[in-house]
Amino acid sequence: MIGILIILIFAIAIALLLNSSRSQTPEQDKLVDRVDALLPQTQCGQCGYPGCKPYADAIMHNQADINQCPPGGRNTIRKLANLLGREIKPLNPVHGKEGPKKIAYIDEDICIGCVKCIKACPVDAIAGAPKLMHTVITEECTGCELCVAPCPVDCISMLVYVQGGRRVKLEAPMRVTV
Amino acid sequence: MNRELHSFPGGLQIPPHKELSNSKTSLITPLPERIILPLQQHIGSPAVPIVKTGEKVLKGQVIARASGYVSVPIHASTSGRIIDIGNYTVPDSLGLKAPCIVIEPDGDDAWFEIKPTRDYLSIDPKALQEVIREAGIVGLGGAGFPAHVKLNEGMENIVDTLIINGVECEPYISCDDRLIREKPGYIVNGARMIRHAVQAKHCVIALEEDMPEAYAALKELIDDDIELVQLPVKYPQGGERQLIKALTGKEVPSGGLPIHIGIVMHNVGTAAAAYRAVTRGEPLISRYITVSGEVKDPRNLQVLLGTPVKHCADQCGYEVKEGQAIILGGPMMGMYVNNMLMPVIKTTNCVLVTSTFNQQPEMPCIRCGQCAEVCPAELLPQQLYWYARAKNHDRLREYHLFDCIECGCCSYVCPSNIQLVQYYRKAKRQIMQDEQTMSGANRARQHFISRNDRLAREAQEQNEEMLAESETDETDKQSFIQAAVERTRAKRAQMKKPEKQQDHDE
Amino acid sequence: MTNEKIIISSPHMHAATSVNRVMTQVIYALIPGILLSVWFFGAGVLIQCLLAVLFALGIEALMLYLRKKSLGLYLYDGSAVVTALLFALCISPYTPVWVNFIGIGFAIIIAKHLYGGIGNNMFNPAMAGYVFVLLCFPVYMSAWPMPLDTTDQHSTFLQTLSIIFTGPSSVDNFDGLSGATILAYTKSQISGMAMVSEIRNSPLFGSFAGKGSEWIAIAWIAGGAWLLFQRIIKWQMPVFFIGTVFIISLLFYWYDSDIFLSPVTVIFTGGIMLAAFFIITDPVTASTTPFGKIIYVVGIGLLACIIRTWGAYPDGVAFAVLLMNAAVPLIDNYTRPRVFGEAKNG
Repeated sequence: MIGILIILIFAIAIALLLNSSRSQTPEQDKLVDRVDALLPQTQCGQCGYPGCKPYADAIMHNQADINQCPPGGRNTIRKLANLLGREIKPLNPVHGKEGPKKIAYIDEDICIGCVKCIKACPVDAIAGAPKLMHTVITEECTGCELCVAPCPVDCISMLVYVQGGRRVKLEAPMRVTV
Repeated sequence: MNRELHSFPGGLQIPPHKELSNSKTSLITPLPERIILPLQQHIGSPAVPIVKTGEKVLKGQVIARASGYVSVPIHASTSGRIIDIGNYTVPDSLGLKAPCIVIEPDGDDAWFEIKPTRDYLSIDPKALQEVIREAGIVGLGGAGFPAHVKLNEGMENIVDTLIINGVECEPYISCDDRLIREKPGYIVNGARMIRHAVQAKHCVIALEEDMPEAYAALKELIDDDIELVQLPVKYPQGGERQLIKALTGKEVPSGGLPIHIGIVMHNVGTAAAAYRAVTRGEPLISRYITVSGEVKDPRNLQVLLGTPVKHCADQCGYEVKEGQAIILGGPMMGMYVNNMLMPVIKTTNCVLVTSTFNQQPEMPCIRCGQCAEVCPAELLPQQLYWYARAKNHDRLREYHLFDCIECGCCSYVCPSNIQLVQYYRKAKRQIMQDEQTMSGANRARQHFISRNDRLAREAQEQNEEMLAESETDETDKQSFIQAAVERTRAKRAQMKKPEKQQDHDE
Repeated sequence: MTNEKIIISSPHMHAATSVNRVMTQVIYALIPGILLSVWFFGAGVLIQCLLAVLFALGIEALMLYLRKKSLGLYLYDGSAVVTALLFALCISPYTPVWVNFIGIGFAIIIAKHLYGGIGNNMFNPAMAGYVFVLLCFPVYMSAWPMPLDTTDQHSTFLQTLSIIFTGPSSVDNFDGLSGATILAYTKSQISGMAMVSEIRNSPLFGSFAGKGSEWIAIAWIAGGAWLLFQRIIKWQMPVFFIGTVFIISLLFYWYDSDIFLSPVTVIFTGGIMLAAFFIITDPVTASTTPFGKIIYVVGIGLLACIIRTWGAYPDGVAFAVLLMNAAVPLIDNYTRPRVFGEAKNG
């Protein structure tokens, strides 16, 4: 009897301790921001929504699944699953394939200065004006590829982004796949 | 003056193996066939070349200028001709290439015009800082942090203690030991000079107890102005934070710098090089290194920067054998390299030839906690290991991953042979990359929002214009109709009048 | 085909330690206690140990093969042997062979491999196996040989073998050969309203604790001292554990010395000493932070005393260990040490 009492007191004490330090469940709209914060902000529309925030909204309203973002890839799916308590799924191939980050590059010899790409870029990463040379600001380009199609002379290509001159993926501490 | 010594947490006793190399006088290495000078031998922005291929240069001439504040210039280590500026293999654990300037020595070893400063006490500390920067002086203890930056810190803060770090805690390495024994004057005067530059109240030169000859050599030259302290041997006592704790009992705040508690630390080699630069006008073009391990004649060398590692090893009777590994640096923190044509740079301190390096397979962690017992930063290596494997970056930061000094104590004692330090390095790199990506994503989001706002604004303005235009259209129309109606009425009125007159006449 | 470049990371030196070495030292430290157990309780102890080790290695090999792990690396790390020995030392020397097998099977297959294998298991496998057979086959667990010098009847080696392999009924005078452990005896007598002073007169009691088991306990201390000397365990865990048990039994003893055994008797009987140096110190299942380890062992001591006093089982150490194993992640989270350079109140 006393034994049960002692263990009961233990249990209540630990429960109180745990409860006091646990964070409160985030409110609905703050959660949407947290979902948006996990998305890569490429604003490419491959998920089927006109931007990352609309996609985040759709996820919150259960209109979209968490595996629709190719630029985010497996990492983003995993983070979304962890945040929302949903199942981790492979990327839905309908929306695209996961690949390395790419940056748009305008071949200046071919560019005719038509500003169609500038109007298409969702993050204003192309500098230029009508009949003047256009160029991609590499630090701002998200690799969404929305500029490639509108270009009438097909002068935009997507190049793999190399960070700091080292494209090395370390899988395990001892081996590097080159 | 007897200073009360403290002990830093954790640490190990490991077999030092210093007797292999520390008893022979250092050998001045003959000129190699090529001098390969990477543009980045320091922390900060790489230097920018100011010479062209084919140009002839003299010893000590600036061949690449500093770019930015945290940067130093590169000097030619010997006279000769620039034969290439391009990518060569540099001391890097991945064996990657980096931009280098390659000089073919002409054998004359002719000096550039050097301008010594006779009395450093007469120079303003700010000017002193410039001289040291222009001489290319960086931290020779292994980190390669530009020395002038630390001097400047002294000018903006009050420096209580200047510590000259002669504690060579890693096994096999004895280059600082030999430097002190052979050129004690440089060390002592260098210490005095830096003390003058940062206006430190106290100055301490720290050695370990296994360097008695170095202690004796320095003791003769110091007066009461400098404290000479011998510390008990323990790895990694030479680490900045650990040494500060041992000498002063104070702990550098996590995420902070020694200057925040009023301490500046320089390696003995840095102090000596700085002194040479100021009083003899010689830039940093050579340094002491230890070649040890399984070579016939392990000893210390005075080497020109840019000398290929093979050339140095050859001076000590190196023979290629199966199953040998070459390590640049000490056995605890050095990096394994497999290309001996890479050059000795400012931060190289040792070339180790060994065949007994750790190649055992990794077992699962048995949670024994040995790693936490030896960690000199009082971290929890075990938890860091679990979180690093789980890629849980938030927890890694919470557990102070970035306070890890990568000393290797944890991996050394792990019974399961887990390469803990490699996991931490990879995790640190990953976290920094993710931060970059995150800030990029934040910018993209901002731009997207601003663009949408702008488009919405433009669309609204267009709408308003159209509405305004269509309203004026309406008023115009109305007045037009009104005018037409009035004109018609006037006309009709005009036409009715003559008819009435006609009737009247009959 | 990818080109694999091996990066060999610093440090390039290593201490002369390995999992195998740690486990080997633990086995050496167990030997004195095993020998004394054989002396006092007969050859059954040794037979159980051998059987358990054989079963453990066999089952471990099978599990490693099924999990596609390298046998050469994992089978010889010694952890299965240590689990087997600890298990064998907890069960009665008369335990039938199939009960032994089931216990080891549970320990190795479920408590160890299904939880992730060495290093990843949450519960102490030896304790889990022991508790499993204790709950499933209580009768077999409660028949212990009488210690040396308490009775004239001793089973011969062949009789012991027969009991183990063919069951207690194969021997005629099994009832005379077996009895309760000192703790079980005490418990049943106390619930029968006997006084401790009377109980202490029973031949089961030796000079200061259970006959025979008092010396075995000292052998465990000797083994533990060896492990301390070899720096495989640290002094804080055994000291705080024994201290907790001692203090709580002391409190009980002061409260009513008629129904509670003296603290000295308590710490030298049952599994307290074995647990103190070999079981609670198992690094895989114990807390990892310095302060956490102390809370962990104090918790085990506390729970063991509570279960001994108010629970149905005479010896609560195994249950206490398993319960505290479950609490370890919580303890670890709340006892994180201050990092070098971190503000003391930050």
